[in-house]
Order: sequence, then C-alpha cells, then structure tokens
Amino acid sequence: MGVEGIGARVTRKEDKRFLTGKGRYTDDMTVPGMKYAYFVRSPHAHAKIVNIDVSAAKSMPGVIDVLDGRQLQADGIGNLICGWMIHSKDGSPMKMGAWRPLAVDTVRYVGDAIAIVVADSSGEARDAAEAVVIDYEVLPAVADVAAAMQAGAPQIHPEAPGNLIYDWQIGDPDAADRAIAAAAHVTEIDIVNNRLSPNPMEPRATLGIYDSAEDHYTCYTTSQNPHVARLVMSAFYNVAPENKLRVIAPDVGGGFGSKIYIYPEEIVCLWASKKTNVPVKWTSDRTEAFLTDAHGRDHISKVKMAFDADHRITALKVDTIANLGAYMSLFSSAVPTYLYATLLSGQYAIPAIHANVRTVYTNTVPVDAYRGAGRPEATYLLERTMETAARELGLSPAELRRKNFIRSFPYQTPVIMNYDAGNYEASLDAAMQAADWSGFATRRSEAQARGKKRGIGMSCYIEACGIAPSAAVGSLGAGVGLWESAEVRVNAVGTIEVLTGSHSHGQGHETTFAQLVASRLGVPIESINIVHGDTDKVQMGMGTYGSRSGAVGMSAIVKALDKVEAKAKKIAAHLMEADESDIVIENGELKIAGTDKTLPWFQVALAAYTAHNLPSGMEPGLKETAFYDPSNFTFPAGCYIAEVEVDPETGETDIIQFVAADDFGNIINPLIVEGQVHGGLAQGIGQALLEGVHYDENGQLLTASFMDYAMPRADDLPSFKLSHQNTPCPSNPLGIKGCGEAGAIGSPPALINAITDAIGTNRLTMPATSMKVWQAMHAAH
Amino acid sequence: MYATSYHRASSVEDAVQLRSAHEEGKYLSGGMTLISTMKQRLAAPSDLIDLRHIPALRGISIEGRRVKIGAATPHADVAASRDLRALCPAICDLASHIGDPHVRHMGTIGGSIANNDPAADYPAGLLGLGATIVTDRRSLSADDFFVGLFETALEEGEMVTAVTFDAPEKAGYAKFNNPASRFAMTGVFVAKTASGVRVAVTGAGSDGVFRHPGFEQALASNWSADALANVSVDSSNLLSDLHANAEYRANLVKVMAKRAIAAAG
Repeated sequence: MGVEGIGARVTRKEDKRFLTGKGRYTDDMTVPGMKYAYFVRSPHAHAKIVNIDVSAAKSMPGVIDVLDGRQLQADGIGNLICGWMIHSKDGSPMKMGAWRPLAVDTVRYVGDAIAIVVADSSGEARDAAEAVVIDYEVLPAVADVAAAMQAGAPQIHPEAPGNLIYDWQIGDPDAADRAIAAAAHVTEIDIVNNRLSPNPMEPRATLGIYDSAEDHYTCYTTSQNPHVARLVMSAFYNVAPENKLRVIAPDVGGGFGSKIYIYPEEIVCLWASKKTNVPVKWTSDRTEAFLTDAHGRDHISKVKMAFDADHRITALKVDTIANLGAYMSLFSSAVPTYLYATLLSGQYAIPAIHANVRTVYTNTVPVDAYRGAGRPEATYLLERTMETAARELGLSPAELRRKNFIRSFPYQTPVIMNYDAGNYEASLDAAMQAADWSGFATRRSEAQARGKKRGIGMSCYIEACGIAPSAAVGSLGAGVGLWESAEVRVNAVGTIEVLTGSHSHGQGHETTFAQLVASRLGVPIESINIVHGDTDKVQMGMGTYGSRSGAVGMSAIVKALDKVEAKAKKIAAHLMEADESDIVIENGELKIAGTDKTLPWFQVALAAYTAHNLPSGMEPGLKETAFYDPSNFTFPAGCYIAEVEVDPETGETDIIQFVAADDFGNIINPLIVEGQVHGGLAQGIGQALLEGVHYDENGQLLTASFMDYAMPRADDLPSFKLSHQNTPCPSNPLGIKGCGEAGAIGSPPALINAITDAIGTNRLTMPATSMKVWQAMHAAH
Repeated sequence: MYATSYHRASSVEDAVQLRSAHEEGKYLSGGMTLISTMKQRLAAPSDLIDLRHIPALRGISIEGRRVKIGAATPHADVAASRDLRALCPAICDLASHIGDPHVRHMGTIGGSIANNDPAADYPAGLLGLGATIVTDRRSLSADDFFVGLFETALEEGEMVTAVTFDAPEKAGYAKFNNPASRFAMTGVFVAKTASGVRVAVTGAGSDGVFRHPGFEQALASNWSADALANVSVDSSNLLSDLHANAEYRANLVKVMAKRAIAAAG
C-alpha cells in the first residue's frame, strides 16, 4: 500500500472544484440560443382533462411555443415504462398502466405534467404556464396504500382492477405455516415503513439540444446512469436512435436513487427542442422536486416470526403492501420484491420464509428505489421483529441474535440469496464493545436521576450490493444486464485515462478509481484521470446505484488493467530481451524480477505508440476495454447500536451515541467509506426521527417544502463511532462489497429499538417525532 | 417571482411617500418571509420599498430601564447587544435562537412583528414584555398590536418604526422547535414587569400569539415553575398540524412555561 494506493486515506480529488463552486452541473450548461421550459402540472391528484386551451399562453411575451401531450403522441413519442417484469403468483404479468410523458386524458397525481412552455426566460415561461387554461373533471383520489386496496376505492388505471399491480410471493408458504403452527413462541408485529422524499442537494434538470443539420440530439441531464437513459429513450420512447442521441450527465449533486429513472422532462425537452428548433433547458425548483422526484419506501407489513423452545427461529411469514404511486417508475417493481423479500433472512438461519407482496397504485408521485431500496424495508422489519421477540422471550437482544446467526458459508437462504461470506459476530462484538453495552445499566440509572429515559437498541443488517449477475437478474425479470465496463487508455507519455460506465454523483470515484490504478502501476495519482458520464466518450455502461461501483465498476477496471499490464509486460520483455513471465510492475517501472534492469512506465507506453520496436505481430497502442459481469451479489453486513435519551416531558429524543460496525470487505479509501457511512446514517436517522411524506385524503402533498418536510441537520446527529471488520468478498477480484447504502439500511431499526427501550412501549412508528414519542408514552400509561 | 420594482428609501418620510405612491407596493425589511413568498408567487407586490438603509430605523438605545429597538434592527444585533443583555437577557436569548445565522443577520424585529407569523418568536417576546410598538403615525400596546394569524393593527401603509419597553424585573423564554422549519412549535415568554406578571405564548394559538391568564395569576402569587403544576391549558384554541396536534401543544405550552420560568431565574 502506497500513500496513494489501495487502503490510503486520499482526500478527494474532485472536492476542490465542488468546494470552490467550480463544479459544472446541468443547470450551469449554456448553449447559444438556449431557451427555458416550464411545465404545466396538474393541481389535482386525479382528474379527467376535458380541454386544454393554450391560446392565451402562446401570445404571452417571450413565448416560443406551448406544446401538449396530443402533439407528443402524434409525433410517436412512447410512454414511460417499468423495466423489470414481475409476475403475480397466479402467473399473470404485472398490470402496468400507461404513463404518458405529458398527460393526455387523465392526470393521476399532483404534479403530473400536462404541457411544456418554452420561452425566452424562465420567468416568462412560468408566466405563460399560468395562462394555460385547463378544464378538469375532478375525480375521487386515494393516496393511502391500504385505502387504495379497499372495495370502492377510486380506480386509477383501467389496466389494474382494484389498483392491484401484482400479488407476488417468494418462499414456501406451507413450510412457514407448519413451522408457525408448531412453534413454542410466535412474535407478531405490524410494521410501517414511512414514505420518504429523496431531496438531493441538486434538483433535477435537463437541457435538450436538437441539431437539425445532423438530425442529432444532445441531452444534458442529472442522471446516475446516462447510458441507460440513452438506451431507454431510444428503445422505448422513440426519441432518436442511439447513434443520434448523446446523453451527458456532468457533475451531479446527489441522487440517492432518484436520478436513476428516466422522467418525462428529459424526453419532453428533447422533443420540444426539435419542435421549436431551439435548445430547451428545464430546472426543477424545490417544490417541484418534492412533487415529482420518485419517492422511496411506503410499505405496510404484517409479520409473524416463529421460535422453537430453544429460541431458534423456525419461520418468518411476511405480508407486505407497497405503494408504487400513480405510475410504475423504471425499477419500481423490483424494489419491494427482489431487492426486499430476498433479504428477509437477514443474518439469521431461518429454515422457512414466506413473503407475500402486493403493490398498488395510488394518486401519489411514483415510488422507486431510494438509498437502500428494499433492503432498508427488509432490515427494519426484521430487526424490529427480533427486538420485539427478544423482549417477549426475556432474552437480551444480542443473545437472541447470536443464537440465530448464520455461521457457515456459503449459505443458501430460502429466498434466493446465496451468502458467500460473513462474520456477523465480529461486527456485533465490535459494536457492543464500542458502545460499552455492559455499562448501559449504570448510564440508564444516572439518566433516570436527571429525569431522562435512556434506552439502547441494536440492529444487525445484511444487504445485497454489487448488483448484479446479469443472467440471474434477467431470469428474475430485469430488462437489462447489470454488468459494468471500463476502458483503460494509456497515453503515449504514460498518463492514463480510465473511462468508466459507473457515474459519480458524490461517491468520489475520481479518487478511489485512480487509487486502484495508482496501486497497480505505481504511477502518481495525478497522472490518472477518471472519465465518466458522457455516452460519446465512454463505452456502454450501466451506471451507479445499489452500491455497485466498487464491486462491479472497479472490477471492470481491474480486468482492463490486467489486459493493459499483460501487453505492457510483453513490450518490456521484448525491449529488455527478457521472458515476459519474468517482468513485474513496481513503483512505476517494469522490471526483470530479481535484477536491477528496469524500464520506466512512460517508456513502455511511448514504445507502444511509436511502434518502432514492438514484438512481432503486435498492434500498436496501449488501450484496453473490459466488461465485468459479477458472479454473485456482495453481502455487506454489520451491527449498529443507538443509545438515546428521551425527555419525558416533551418526547424529544437525543441521540447520545451511535455506533456502526460494518463489514465491507476490503476497503479502497477509508476516508471515503466513512463519508459514505456518515451520509447513510444521516439519512437513516432522518427516516427514523424526522422525515415523512404526507399526502392528505385528496392526494394533496402536505410536505412540499422544507418548512414541513424535516430533513436531518448536523445538530440532529451525534458524532458517529465507526469501525470496520474486513471479511473479503470472495466473488470479485478486489474483495470489496459496497458501502453506499449500509448507513441508511442499518440505522432506522437501531434508533426505534433504542427509543422503544427507553419509553417502555413497543408501539411506535417512524418518524418517531417528539409528538409521537410523547403520545406513545402517554398511551402506555 | 413576478416582476416588481425596487425602491431604496432614504428616510421614514421617503418610505411612507413611496408606499403611498404605489397602491400595490409593500415595505421590505429583512425579506425573510416576503421574498420567499414572492418566489413562490404567493405574493405579487408591484413595488418593494426597502427600509433597511434608513439609519433612523436601526439600532438599540437605552435610557435607564427604557429600551428602544429600531424596527430595522436585525436579530443578530439584538442578540449581541451587551447593554441590552445587562438589562433584559431574555430578549437577547430569544433573538439569538431565531432561524439560522443567515436569518438573524437579515431578518429584523419590525419585519417579524409586522408579519406576525403565528410561530414567530418576537410576538411572544413583545407581548410578554408589554412592549409598545411605535409606527410612523402612533404608538400601540403589544396587546392591541397583535390581532390574529398574520394580522396586526397596522393600517394600510402604516409602518413600524421602533419598539420600546421597560426592562422587566425578570424574564425568560423557552421554545420547542418545529423539526422541519425550526420556527417555534410552541414558545413561551414569561416576564415579571412593573405592572405585573405576563405570559405570552407563540407557535401554539390558532389565532396567533396569546397571553395565558391562568399562568399569569399563578405566577403572580408564586413565581416558580411549581406554581404552574395545577394550572390547566385549554387545547381547544390551539393549532393542530402534521407536527403537533392541539393536545401535544397544550403539553408543550406548560412545559415551555416552566422552562421559561427556570430560565428567568
């Protein structure tokens, strides 16, 4: 390990431009003749569009054009799609209702786009949007997931009777039922996973540029996966063939999943650019983001967990209803199924598991993946259930978990996943030690003397990252493969460009990816550039989500580096008249092992490009591409402990300490990993204590600004105590697992377990606001 | 934001004249509410008359126990005033916890009370202190000034120029923040003044800031948190929203009152 190589705490190369305001985001892009878009959106959660009158708007100052959904449809632009097919347990395919980029007949949530105004300035576009007159026939709406399933609920799509999208199951229902019937103890609990708004710092934006001379489109967009955006816009929305569509996702200020999907605005701005013959830029404002960015979570579940007389889990039975909103977003169907129910075994050996999942339409913005995506829902459900069971059984939470840990690997769960490696007890022990768990009783008494209720809670999480083996996900319904690509391009003077299909929107790839190359070749980190986010520069790639860029994206770079090194060694062996197998690469030199004969890296690169003296038959150049398809998911796991004090007078929760012991396998840059964990913890603590999307019974969004939607702030958070256990992942060359989502996955149950421990009642839902905690205390007494 | 015309007033007279010349105009002080409301297109004044550059409106002056704070004095100045802190630390503490540092350096006392947000801190402070609100045309008691939700006794075009009050014997303020906005979900200001005990509650009342006579009577005979133990808080006139229902707010009114007494000493 060098100071810049794998394992070093290298500060982020990209931070200088971010911290000095030199980042280049989509909204920073300006091109000659560019105009501004504003979207006319539905104020109703559910309504028929009777008439759209744009005549007044078209004559407003600065207006270039006002376009609606009928024109879009007439031009053959397709509907938005969900790219993961799920079949119900009766074999029928999921019921996907039509999602038109601009609504034509019916609007189904507040914020549904209806028309686009293009004008000289954003203010003029907005003025004109207000002059668009739309006659609606308002229909009854439903926002609540349980209400949407009741008989007589408003019918949202004709394709989905009763608003049911699919009724899916996994596992063995009979085995689970038999084990529950025979159990010594059954813990039953209802679980609510609160709906969240992603709120990246940078709102969504897009700039559509149509070049009539070349019949070519360029789309700047806030995307986590520009190649997937291009593929989907070409193949499904008929915007343009791929060779006529360039997608650029420049600096992107956070995504958390919400920027994976293709939204109506990208498609409409590209189309509008052709219709109006001017480049068209749209930037979301914050309330628009609350209204139209895909939300996360929103599950309700009933759980039964069965135990034998020795406190071993014998079965888990889960019945979940998940809200997918008004339309099926790009990966929405996979989140409450294969990203959720396949993790319901947690860290425990559970012989029988059955989960039934029903997804429903409601008159709310679409719901899709948000940091963790399904895995936080599984972890929260399982770890709240384990805590409840420990209390019912009179066991310590650690003892019950230890008793049920999986200890031998590989381990095949009853719900598809095959865990390749893990050491759950190591994280549990590390966390308990860091938290001084054994000293808690003393601290509780001391707090009681001050009039405070102190509680402690833990959560042992597992997640599946590094998504995913393409054939496996294909067999489960995915419309794409989930491999990754890399090209390592060595320049003639030895500097290096790495073109990666991963996309960095806060993860620090420009640093970690460069560290990998610096480690392998022993060249300075400054000589390495990471290029990403532009379909014209970078070969096809799948983008960044699901903590996959390390495990999958970097593995592709390893494969490309293997090829580059092999060719460089051949050249060096030829030049030094040695055997290729004797050449080693060290400290930026190619060396004949066991001798002092060396060639500097740059000389080998130069030789590859001058091509004056290459081995016979070798092509000039030093540039290699690789595609890496993982053979398995990776399985990060860990143990989190929260210790809280509740003020009995107000219900206010103060987090006294938060311990995170994570096993991410091998770590490239501890500094960046810690940052990822800190951010994930902030979001998980936000979900547990503060955040919650609320629609009223008419489908109006009540939490449409930061005045009502409570985001975690620095002073809501404690100083985190982190540690890492390092059980390498056996299925990828670097032995890394992924760290981007763990904090958000593992922390909510630890918090709620701690608060319910403090207040002595288990009936508490997230977000555990001061009022809810106070009410829970009063209801219990 | 809709288009608007900006005017920088040089004096109170200039401001009043500008305002009367523009029927749809509005005074702009810190703009902490007005500008964001305009950005959301919920307000559309034709003209903004900026009061922040009028020297006479800015600053804190003290004569004996009489305090005068100019309407365009930002919260940060009130929070940092040593002279004021020596006389009435409670109002400095109140100012030091309004919003965030940006808000405290932009927002002004006059702007806050003229807006009379039901969750703002200053209305509780001024009602609790029994302050006098001075305008370009008259003086009003705080009891008369604060009328209801976002409603004051100010007439069309009338402008707050200063607030004055006599430093109380004791005073304290305690608030419980809304977790999202960090406005007061409930804030209680208590003061022992020459004319008696006053308790003012913000953030909780469905008609905005209000005094709590039950607390005032209990504290008049026994200035201690214990005196409030058996005084009930009627929840029927309290706000209910996503973050706090009326019952929880009633609890917070009492808890914050007790903490305000403790802060007052």
